[in-house]
Amino acid sequence: MSSPATATRPSLITQAVTRFDWRSNVIYIAFVVVFILFAIFLGSDGFLSANNMLNIVRQTATISIMAVAMTFVIATAEIDLSVGSIAGLASVVTAMATTQWGLVPGILAGLLSGAAIGAINGGLVALLKVPSFLVTLGMLGLAAGLAQWITASAPQPIGNTLYVQIFGGGDFGPIPGLLVWTVVAVAIGWVAMNRTSFGRRVLATGGNPTAAAYTGIRTARIKFTVLLLSGIAAAIAGMLYAGRLESGRFQWGQGDELTVIAAVILGGTSLFGGRGAIIGTLVGSLFMGLINNGLILAGLDVAQQSVVRGAIIIAAVALSRKK
Amino acid sequence: MRGIVKSFGPVEVLKSVDMDIVAGEVHALAGENGAGKSTLMKVLQGVHPITSGTIEVAGQPVTIRTTADAERAGIGMVFQEFSLIPSMTVAQNIFLNREVRSKSGLVDDRAAEQAAREIFDGLGVTIDPKARVETLGTAYWQLVEIAKALSKNASVLVMDEPTASLAKHEVENLFQLIDKLKSRGIAIVYISHRMDEIRRVADRITVLRDGRVVLAAGIAELTAAEIIEAIIGRRLASDLVYRDRQLPVDAPILLEATNIGSGRVLKSVSLTIRAGEIVGLAGLMGSGRTEFARVVAGMDRPTQGTLSIDGKPVRFGTPISAQRAGIALIPEDRRDQGLVLDHSVSDNLTLPVLDRVKSGLFLSMTKLRELTNQLVTRFDVKVADPYAPVSRLSGGNQQKVVVAKWINTRPRLLVMDEPTSGVDIGTKTEILDIVREFASQGNAVLFISSELPELLAVADRIIVFREGRSDRELDRDDVASEEQLQLIIQGEAA
Repeated sequence: MSSPATATRPSLITQAVTRFDWRSNVIYIAFVVVFILFAIFLGSDGFLSANNMLNIVRQTATISIMAVAMTFVIATAEIDLSVGSIAGLASVVTAMATTQWGLVPGILAGLLSGAAIGAINGGLVALLKVPSFLVTLGMLGLAAGLAQWITASAPQPIGNTLYVQIFGGGDFGPIPGLLVWTVVAVAIGWVAMNRTSFGRRVLATGGNPTAAAYTGIRTARIKFTVLLLSGIAAAIAGMLYAGRLESGRFQWGQGDELTVIAAVILGGTSLFGGRGAIIGTLVGSLFMGLINNGLILAGLDVAQQSVVRGAIIIAAVALSRKK
Repeated sequence: MRGIVKSFGPVEVLKSVDMDIVAGEVHALAGENGAGKSTLMKVLQGVHPITSGTIEVAGQPVTIRTTADAERAGIGMVFQEFSLIPSMTVAQNIFLNREVRSKSGLVDDRAAEQAAREIFDGLGVTIDPKARVETLGTAYWQLVEIAKALSKNASVLVMDEPTASLAKHEVENLFQLIDKLKSRGIAIVYISHRMDEIRRVADRITVLRDGRVVLAAGIAELTAAEIIEAIIGRRLASDLVYRDRQLPVDAPILLEATNIGSGRVLKSVSLTIRAGEIVGLAGLMGSGRTEFARVVAGMDRPTQGTLSIDGKPVRFGTPISAQRAGIALIPEDRRDQGLVLDHSVSDNLTLPVLDRVKSGLFLSMTKLRELTNQLVTRFDVKVADPYAPVSRLSGGNQQKVVVAKWINTRPRLLVMDEPTSGVDIGTKTEILDIVREFASQGNAVLFISSELPELLAVADRIIVFREGRSDRELDRDDVASEEQLQLIIQGEAA
């Protein structure tokens, strides 16, 4: 979203056009192009119906929430591969605790499970300087295994209707609850990234760690914090899965980490740190949902969807890559 | 600063240094590499705490142990590049970690931009506070650094080689800015190798040599020659002496460069090197020596001029095509560009010649071992275990590995950029011997060095670079002394 910063003669439209930063904004263009294509070819299949649009939002809510937190992680030049597994774990922890002890303890237990794993990720990265790629790769397996173990691979039904109402099952009038969750997450993420000192420290840590440290920023603490937040966000995503699907299962969220990371990178956040585009992330996430939706409407089977989705992600990331 | 001593373990780097920095004055700090300048500045900056001595600011003793202490004492640093975040805007950088907040507690970028604009207005410069730093040229980075320091109410600004990456008119702008800062009562410590700049901008000079102050005086009382003599000192002339070598009178020209230019720095360089010759390149930092070396080695494409080898014009697109033509570059920064530090001495030595140690499709471990042993012996690399990481060797031995690695590729022209920096004197003489030996086999060497004694010891001819041009060509016999060469490099001699 960077505007041409040093455009001296704005009257020259050509100059503005050539200076426009195509690469960081490629996601918006891609989104519009794909949307128009789907509208033309799939309009008769109900692509443009309000219901289908809301469906896209519903299906991408969990991805969007994890992607907002992931934007902070990637902006510090770290990565979190464990978000999908944390979501699965949080979904079963919440379901079991809600059945056992009731609504509030259930919610707290779910959040706590994500926070605990996020804190371990962050602690290992910040204190022991283990690369986050390795820490969270290990945690991906660990959390998924833990979720499967404590449930003995069985789904955990949630009978609490209020829980289902709050976490994704309910609507506010015509507005789906999952849309509200998405909007709130993006709003908090945007303000935190662009309007707080925390956001600046995150960007500085990723942009030039040496300079950030010289300026008096505790970069280790920043890394710990973003990984902790990512764990909590993943837990919320898992709890939304549990609400929408009225049960906790260790499979919820499996493989989401790749979709989340793709959404963030598509949105213009640099894998090398120093740049974090929250709105871009949202559009990236919606873009992933848009493609899934369109491919299903087009009647492609699961295997074909997977192939096309992979190709589109590679193309979009290649176009948006800066260096 | 009084009686500053700084030791690293048993090694005293600063030996009782005194320095008075006066408000509204520019105080130049000069000395050779390793004289203690940067250590002294790191002490001021809070990177290294002092071992003994006192630092007073405005009569009050201060303790500086961290960068935050230095900031509180009003000492600001203008680094070359390390303290800015390229992906953030100018205003965001200036107020990083001290963000301007609105009443709601959120960061107020507009107020920060306004404040930044006021600082720039006060300095009489125009920079868009909303521009991302990475989109600005180097000269602006420096201005942003200065603004950042001023926004913290710095009363002392330390500038380390501030003109190294500036173009000529930018340098003049910087000097005007320095004059303005002086008139505001800000003291400036100006670290530089360039006599003309020091004489232009400084009021006072302190020269360090081997961790001691050897000269401290007002600049008006001194001539360039006196300053240079203080910097160089009376050397022990034994180790580094020129050895007369038998040069074939009509050896063929190996490399000819005509009017080579590239990028912002390199303007026009013309020179020839004959087979068997060692040509030294002298000049100040930023005079284009490294840039020229990069062009010769195929790392950068020249934007003008022609290179010929054996009289045939060549255009190198990549370092590989230069290597095929028999040119090897030993780069300036051995840790970054010359070695894979975590890999073993053997791996490093054999990396460019892996094709030669194959048997069939696969690498032959026997041949690898033989080649390693042969190189280690031939270049006398002092290594206990050639299969241990090269990072465990001393700087001098690491450099020998780099030299051995490239000479073993059998180049005809070896380009060496500051090959002895950070190398002890013993190894230095050994490296110079290797270079002489290499040249005596009919190969050519382009030897870049800022250390004049070694340049004088090894080069048959010296070409002085100034502002991106090959300015003067000197025969070894034309140069009577190091001082004379230094004066020519500084452009002070007729």
